[in-house]
Amino acid sequence: MQHFDGNLLAGPLADVFAFDPTGARARCNGCGAVAELATMLVYRSGAGSVARCRDCGAVLLSLVDGDGRMFVNFIGMGAIEIATTGRDDA
Amino acid sequence: MSGVQQLQAAPRTGWHVAEVVETRRETPSAARITLDVDGWPGNLAGQHLDVRLTAPDGYTATRSYSIASSGDGERVVLAVDRLPDGEVSPFLVDELRAGDRLEVHGPLGAFFVWRPPADGGTGRPVQLIAGGSGVVPLVAIARAHAEAGDATPFRLLYSVRTPDDVFFADELETAARGPAPFAVEFVYTRRAPAGTDAPVGRITRERLAAGVIGADAAPVVYVCGSTGFVERVAGWLIELGHHQTAIRTERYGGT
Ligand SMILES: Cc1cc2nc3c(=O)[nH]c(=O)nc-3n(C[C@H](O)[C@H](O)[C@H](O)COP(=O)(O)OP(=O)(O)OC[C@H]3O[C@@H](n4cnc5c(N)ncnc54)[C@H](O)[C@@H]3O)c2cc1C
Ligand SMILES: [Zn+2]
Repeated sequence: MQHFDGNLLAGPLADVFAFDPTGARARCNGCGAVAELATMLVYRSGAGSVARCRDCGAVLLSLVDGDGRMFVNFIGMGAIEIATTGRDDA
Repeated sequence: MSGVQQLQAAPRTGWHVAEVVETRRETPSAARITLDVDGWPGNLAGQHLDVRLTAPDGYTATRSYSIASSGDGERVVLAVDRLPDGEVSPFLVDELRAGDRLEVHGPLGAFFVWRPPADGGTGRPVQLIAGGSGVVPLVAIARAHAEAGDATPFRLLYSVRTPDDVFFADELETAARGPAPFAVEFVYTRRAPAGTDAPVGRITRERLAAGVIGADAAPVVYVCGSTGFVERVAGWLIELGHHQTAIRTERYGGT
């Protein structure tokens, strides 16, 4: 299956959060690596997208979209670190 | 809110209706599409947007496209390459006409972006590396750098099939002639310009090493193109001593 990276999820995730979180960092529960969401490897299929850690391959999040609903599961990541000083609504 | 915060803030994201102002041939396989986006908040260099097409039966297809322009205003320039067996790109390249309307979501991307150094001083040198249509966000970055008159050294290494396939050739030339330090080097994968002895063939680790700012100068490196191109190049950069956190990647898909 062809894959992309976390930049692909900027739009869908901006629909969940009030902003685009791809510049925010999260910790992988699998290997402990901390990296921006944009660096995740993203596998897309008809059902949705699965994002994996670029370092260990663990699933970090899944996103299923359809029927007017979206399911986002941040299954493999710890806290997401979000810079609030640079945001226009901060 | 201070002015500095405003400068650093990424514009708010949302869905907008865009009207096609102009579409024209960019290369034999690609179109340059200028949109007038209602309510667009402006965008940073390097950002993208999602285009959503809806068929009469309600079926939708969404694809991401980088933005070749940046700054304030509601005008947005895209460049789309046609994948012959693709669902969306042949429509955008061949069928779209001035006056057509599209739904777009953006501006998107908080990671693959470039801002001029806030203090006006030079930042770390910047190496841009593009494969094919992956040059689009890098054109926005190179133009923003030129317009800011930023003194940071910039280089672009651009892998492209033939001289006819170069996107934004005039804009890149203008940026290279401007006061901001910017140099462009091409890797031709199928055919080099007539009358030159430039080598022809896919980028190799050796050509990459020879064509980019060395790791000792600690550049920030932006790599964009098909997934396979980005992963090959990013892997070599790490072997050449560049630090993973200094490499920003954007994968367009494919292999
Ligand atoms: C953040 C981001 C920014 C992008 N910016 C641009 C841009 O500025 N200009 C642009 O032309 N495209 C860009 N793309 C790619 C674009 O989103 C689409 O993937 C592309 O237009 C193909 O869509 P399609 O519907 O025509 O093909 P699909 O129907 O999705 O795919 C058709 C076939 O092409 C293959 N394929 C898909 N993508 C590629 C690829 N990149 N290279 C080679 N083969 C591929 C697939 O494996 C499949 O076999 C970007 C992608 C991302 C994630
Ligand atoms: Zn991991």
